[in-house]
Amino acid sequence: MNTLPQQLANGLLLGSMYGLIAIGYTMVYGIVQLINFAHGEIFMTGAFGALTVYFYILPDGTSMALAVPLMLLGGAIVAILIAVGAERFAYRPLRGAPRLAPLITAIGLSLALQEVVRNFYPGADRARAFPGLDATHDIGSVTIKDADIFLILAAILCMAALAIFVRRSRTGRAMQATAQDPDTAQLMGIDTNRIIVIAFAIGGFFAAVAAVAYGLKYGNVDYRMGFLMGLKAFTAAVLGGIGNIYGAMLGGVVLGIAETLASAYIDEIPGMEQLGGQSWANVWAFCLLILVLLFRPQGLLGERVADRA
Amino acid sequence: MVILTSVLTTGALTLTACGSRDDSGDKGGDNGSGTTLTIGVDAPLSGENSTTGLGIQYGAQIAVDDANKNNWVPGVKFKLKALDDKAQPATGQSNATSIVGDKTAVGAVGPLNSGVAQTMQQVFASANMVQISPANTAPELTQGKNWQTDKKRPFKTYFRTATTDELQGSFAAGYAYNGLKKKKAFVVDDKQTYGAGLAKIFNEQYKKLGGKVVGSDHVNTGDKDFGSLVTKIKNSGADLLYYGGQYDESALITKQLKDAGVKIPLFGGDGMFASTYIEAAGKSSEGDLATAIGVPADTLPAAKTFIETYKDKGYKGDYGAYGAYAYDATTAIIKAVKAAADANGGKVPTDINDLRSKVVDGVQKSDFEGLTGKMSFDQYGDTTNKQLTVYQVEKGAWKDVETGTADLK
Repeated sequence: MNTLPQQLANGLLLGSMYGLIAIGYTMVYGIVQLINFAHGEIFMTGAFGALTVYFYILPDGTSMALAVPLMLLGGAIVAILIAVGAERFAYRPLRGAPRLAPLITAIGLSLALQEVVRNFYPGADRARAFPGLDATHDIGSVTIKDADIFLILAAILCMAALAIFVRRSRTGRAMQATAQDPDTAQLMGIDTNRIIVIAFAIGGFFAAVAAVAYGLKYGNVDYRMGFLMGLKAFTAAVLGGIGNIYGAMLGGVVLGIAETLASAYIDEIPGMEQLGGQSWANVWAFCLLILVLLFRPQGLLGERVADRA
Repeated sequence: MVILTSVLTTGALTLTACGSRDDSGDKGGDNGSGTTLTIGVDAPLSGENSTTGLGIQYGAQIAVDDANKNNWVPGVKFKLKALDDKAQPATGQSNATSIVGDKTAVGAVGPLNSGVAQTMQQVFASANMVQISPANTAPELTQGKNWQTDKKRPFKTYFRTATTDELQGSFAAGYAYNGLKKKKAFVVDDKQTYGAGLAKIFNEQYKKLGGKVVGSDHVNTGDKDFGSLVTKIKNSGADLLYYGGQYDESALITKQLKDAGVKIPLFGGDGMFASTYIEAAGKSSEGDLATAIGVPADTLPAAKTFIETYKDKGYKGDYGAYGAYAYDATTAIIKAVKAAADANGGKVPTDINDLRSKVVDGVQKSDFEGLTGKMSFDQYGDTTNKQLTVYQVEKGAWKDVETGTADLK
C-alpha cells in the first residue's frame, strides 16, 4: 500500500491547525511587534469554552450539526474575551516599555491561564473528553474523518474571509496602515488602540476555531494542550515570515507536512534508522526552521512587508 | 531563547514554591499527648498520571487513618504529608529532599513513575530513610544497571511492592502470543525509563516465543497528533499494537488508530491501567488490554473494607491500580515503627536518625498478610509477591481476564 497520499493528508491537516493558530501570533506581531506567548493558552481556553457549551449548556443528545456552531460560538466568545482582556490589562500598560517586558508578561500570563483552568475547571487536571466527529470517508487510498473535513473547510473559509476583510474593508485597510507605521496612522485619524484590539480579537477567534477543530479531531482536551501547539504555531509564523498572514498559513502547512514526512519516512532510509520516527518529528521540524532562517531570514513570504497586517 | 526564558520562569516559580516546606520540622517531639510521626507520599497529584497518583495518596491516607484509629503503635499518631511530583523527576527529587528534611518523617511511600524514583533513591539513601514504591516497575531500581547479567542492589533503603517490568513485559508477550493468538505486533514506546524498558522486554520475549515484530516507533510524552504513526501501523499489517508508556498518550493513540479504521487491540502495561484511559479514549478503547501488577483488588477478600472506605470517603483517583499497594506499603512502614518501639521497651526511639535506620531494617524484615497478599521483600527490596493480571476493556470498564506469573525463559 502506498502511504504517501495518506501521510501528506495527515501533514496537511496538522499544518492547517498550526496555521489557524499562527495567524493570531502573526497579526499581533505585524501590528504591535509583540510575540504573544499566551496565544497557545488562548487556544486552550477556547477549547474549554466550547466544551462548556457542549456539556453544561446544551441538552444531552443535541445533534452535532447544531452543537458544532454553538460550540464554535462559545469557544470564540471565551477566546476573544481572554485575548482582548490580555491586550487591555497585560500588554497595553507595557506598550512603551522595552520589548522584553511584554514578552515576560506573556509567558507569565500563559502559565497563569493554564493554572486557572487546571484549578477551577471541573476535571481539567487531566484530559477531558470532547465530542468527536469520527465518521470516516475513503477518498482513494486516503481515509479522513468528518473532523478533518471540518478542519480543512474552516481553515479555507477563515483565510478567505480574512483576506477579503484586510483588503476590502475600511478597518482592514486601517490595519494595514497601522502595521506599516502606527504613528503616522494615528496622525491620519486611525484609532490604533481599536485596531490593535481588533487584531487580538481576530487572533482569538481563529484560535477558537482551531481549538474546536482540535477537540473534534482528537476527542479530548486538557489544560496543557496550548503549550506545544502554541510553540508550533509560533514556529509556523516565523517560518512563513512573521507578520504575514498568508505566510502563517503556508508556514503551518509546511511545518505540518515536514513533521509528518520526517516521522514517517526518515527511519526507512538505510543508515538513518535511529534518526526517524514519531519522536524525531520535532527535531526535523526545527531543523527545517533553522535552515529556512539561515537562507531566508525573513521567512518564506517575508518580503511582502506591505501586505502584513 | 524563548524556550530558555520559559524554562527559567517555570524553574523560578517551582523554587519559590518549594522554599518553605521544611517548616513543620522540629515541633513533633514528645509532648503530653504522645508523638506524631510523618509518612511522606510522593506521586503525581495533578496533570499527567494524576488519576493513578491520587490513588496512591488516598490508599496511604486510609492506612494512616486505620493506624491512628486502632492505635497500632501506642502513643504514636501518624500524619501523611503528600507532595505532588507532577510526574517530573526534578520535582520528585526536591520533594524527597523536603520529606527527608522533616524531622518527624520516618519513611516515604511513592513515587508512581520509575523515572522519578531514579532521582529520589539517593536522597533517601543518604538520610537512611525507607522509601517504598507501590508502583515502580523498572528492574534497575532494585537490581542495578546490569540487572540482566549481574544483579546488584544499589540502595538498601528502597523497596517496592510492584513486581518488575521484566516479569510484566514477558507476561504480556506470553498472553499476546498464546492467549490472544496475535502473531504480528507493532511496538511503540514513550522513551521514558518505564515505557522503553517495558517495550524492549516485550519485544525480546515476543520474538523468542515465535511472534513477529513488524515495526516499532517511539513517541514523545505530550504528543497529541499520531496521524503519521497510525498510517505506519496500518501499513505494517500488524494485528496487535504493544505500547510501553502511560495512558495520556496511549488513549490518544488508540483513538486515532481506531478512527483510521485499524481495528487492532492496543496492549500496554500498568501505566495505562486506569479508568482515565477509558474515559479519554471512549469507545475506541473497547477490547484494549493492559497488564497490571498483583491480582484484582476487588477479588481480594482482605481489600473489601478498603474499597468500601475509599468509596465512602468519595476520594478521586483510581484505587484499582495501586491504592491497595500504597495501603500495604504504608502499613509496612507503620509496622516497622511498631517493631522499633517494641524493641525499645514500648517507646519509639527519640533520636530520629536511630528510628529511621531501625525502620529500614524493620521493613526489610516485613512479613504480614496485606490487602494484596503476603508482604515481604527479597534481598533486592523487591516484593516476593509476583502476581500479574491481564485486564481488557469490556463495555467501558476494565475486566480481569487472566492472572498468573510470568514464565521467564
